[in-house]
Amino acid sequence: MFDILQHNFALNALLAGVVVGFLGGFYGSFVVQRRMSFLGDGLAHVAFGGVALGLLLQFEPFWVAVPFTILVAIALTYLKERTTLEIDTAIGIFFAVSVALGVLFISLNKKYISDAFSYLFGSILLVSKEDLLFSFAFGTLTIILATFYWKRWTYSSFDMELAKVDKINVSFDNYLLSILTALSIVLSVKLVGIFLVASYLVIPSATAKLISKTFSQMTILGIVLGIVSSEIGILFSILLDLPTGAAIILLQSIIFLVALFLQKFTNKQ
Amino acid sequence: MMEVCIRINNLTVEFGKYTVLKNINLSINDQEFLAIIGPNGGGKTTLIKAILGLIEPKEGNVLIFGKKPTELTFKDIGYVPQIKTLDRNFPAKVYELVATGLTGNWNFRYTKEMRREVREVLAFCGMEHLEHRPINKLSGGELQRVFLARSIIRRPRVLLLDEPATGIDTVAETDFSLLLETLQYQNQTTIVMVTHDWEYAFHHSTSVLLLNKSVVAFGSPKEVFSEENIQKTFGHFGHDHKMEFIIKKNV
Ligand SMILES: Nc1ncnc2c1ncn2[C@@H]1O[C@H](COP(=O)(O)OP(=O)(O)O)[C@@H](O)[C@H]1O
Ligand SMILES: [Mg+2]
Repeated sequence: MFDILQHNFALNALLAGVVVGFLGGFYGSFVVQRRMSFLGDGLAHVAFGGVALGLLLQFEPFWVAVPFTILVAIALTYLKERTTLEIDTAIGIFFAVSVALGVLFISLNKKYISDAFSYLFGSILLVSKEDLLFSFAFGTLTIILATFYWKRWTYSSFDMELAKVDKINVSFDNYLLSILTALSIVLSVKLVGIFLVASYLVIPSATAKLISKTFSQMTILGIVLGIVSSEIGILFSILLDLPTGAAIILLQSIIFLVALFLQKFTNKQ
Repeated sequence: MMEVCIRINNLTVEFGKYTVLKNINLSINDQEFLAIIGPNGGGKTTLIKAILGLIEPKEGNVLIFGKKPTELTFKDIGYVPQIKTLDRNFPAKVYELVATGLTGNWNFRYTKEMRREVREVLAFCGMEHLEHRPINKLSGGELQRVFLARSIIRRPRVLLLDEPATGIDTVAETDFSLLLETLQYQNQTTIVMVTHDWEYAFHHSTSVLLLNKSVVAFGSPKEVFSEENIQKTFGHFGHDHKMEFIIKKNV
C-alpha cells in the first residue's frame, strides 16, 4: 500500500488533501451555520464556466476560474446585503448561463474532453506542484486570518445585529468571508470536482454541527473531518481507481449518517 | 444638576416611503429609567435601534453623552434585544453568550478571570446553575435573563431593553425589577425599556414615553398616564383592566 506514496502525484494529492480538507472544514463551518449553501452551489457553477474557458483558451483553468468566482462571490454578498427583492430566479438563470457557456466551450474543443471530465469529477492527476504550493500559501493565510477573524465571523454568524452593536464591521467581514470561501472552492475543484465541490464544503461541518455543543468545537471537528475524509477518500480512489471526488463525498456522507444516528440515539436517552 | 444622557433631536426615520418615526424630540437624564409604551408597529424597536446607531435616520440625530452612537465604544451601551429574533440553532453554551458581553466578540478561549466575571454576573441574575447549559435548551424567560446578564456584564452607562418582560412570569418579574433598580441606583446606569406592562412602568420608571410614530406624551408617569393620552396612543380605550386600574390609581 505504501508504494503509492512513491508516486509523486499521489503524494501531491495527499498533501493537497490535507490543505483543502482543512479549508473546507474551516470555511464550511460558517457556510453551514449561516445557511449559505447557495453560495457554494453558485460558486461551483461559475467555476465550471471559468474552468471550461481556461481549457478552451489553453490557459491554466484555475487562474481563469479565480477572478470569475471572486467577482460572483462579491456580487452574491452584495445582493444578499442590499436587496430585499426576490432574486432567486435571477441568480438561477445566471448560474444556468454560466454552465451552458461552460458546456459550449468544452464542445468547441473536443481535444480537452477528457480533461473536462477530470475537472467535473475530480482527479488526483490534476494536482500539480504549483497547485500544492498555492494551496499551502492560502492555507497559511487562512490560519493567520483565523486568529483575528474567527471571533468576528462567529459573533456575526450568531447575530449580525449584536455584532454591529459591538462595533464590528459586519459588512466588510462578510465580503472577506465570501471571497475566501470562493478561493477555497476553486482550490478544491481539482481534487473533488465541480459536481461535488459544494457538498465538500458543507458535509464535514454539517456533520460536526450534529455532535458539537459549541461553535468552536464545531469548527475544529469540521476541520478534522474534512482532512480525515479527504485523505482516506484519496487513498480509496487510488487503490480502487475511483473518481476522487466521488470517493471523498461518499465517505463524508457515510460519516454524516453515522453522526446523525449517534445524535438521535444519544438524544433519546 | 443631572447630566443629560440621551438627547434625541428632530429624529425622523423612514423605511422606503414609509415614515416610522416622525420628528422625535426628547432628552433623558443620567440615571433615569425611561419606559417606552406604544402600539405594535408604533416604532419602539426602531427608536431603540436608532439610539444604538443601527439605523441611519432620515433627519435629526441621537446623541449619547454628547456623542454620536457610532463614536462610543462597545462598552458604553448594553442591549437586550427582542427575543424572537434569536437564532436558537447556534451551538453555544450560556457562559459563551454572556462572555460576548465582556469582550464584544465571540471568544475561542476563556481565561479564569473571564469565567469568574461570567459566574459573578450570572449569580447576580440568579442564573449561576445555567452556566454550562446549551442555549437552545433554555426557556424563554431563562434566555431573556441570560441576555440581561450579557448586557450588564460590561457595566454599561446606558442599558436598552426591548420588551424584556415578555415571557418572564410575574414571580420572576418582581426580582427582575429589583435587579434593574440595583443597576440604576448602585451602578448609576441609565435604563431605557420598551414594555407593554403599564403597571410596571407606572411603578418603576422615572419617565414614560408614549410613542405612536411620533411622541404622544412624554414626562413623569403621573403626567403621562391619563385617559386622553392612552386613547391618543392606542386609538381606543379598550377593556384592559390593568390600564383602568392604573388610571384610577393615578387619579
Ligand atoms: N427594516 C425594516 N424595513 C421596513 N420596515 C420596517 C423595518 N423595521 C421595522 N419596519 C416597520 O416599521 C414599523 C415600526 O416597527 P417597530 O419599530 O418594530 O415597531 P414596534 O417595536 O413598536 O412594534 C412597523 O410597521 C414595521 O413593519
Ligand atoms: Mg418591537
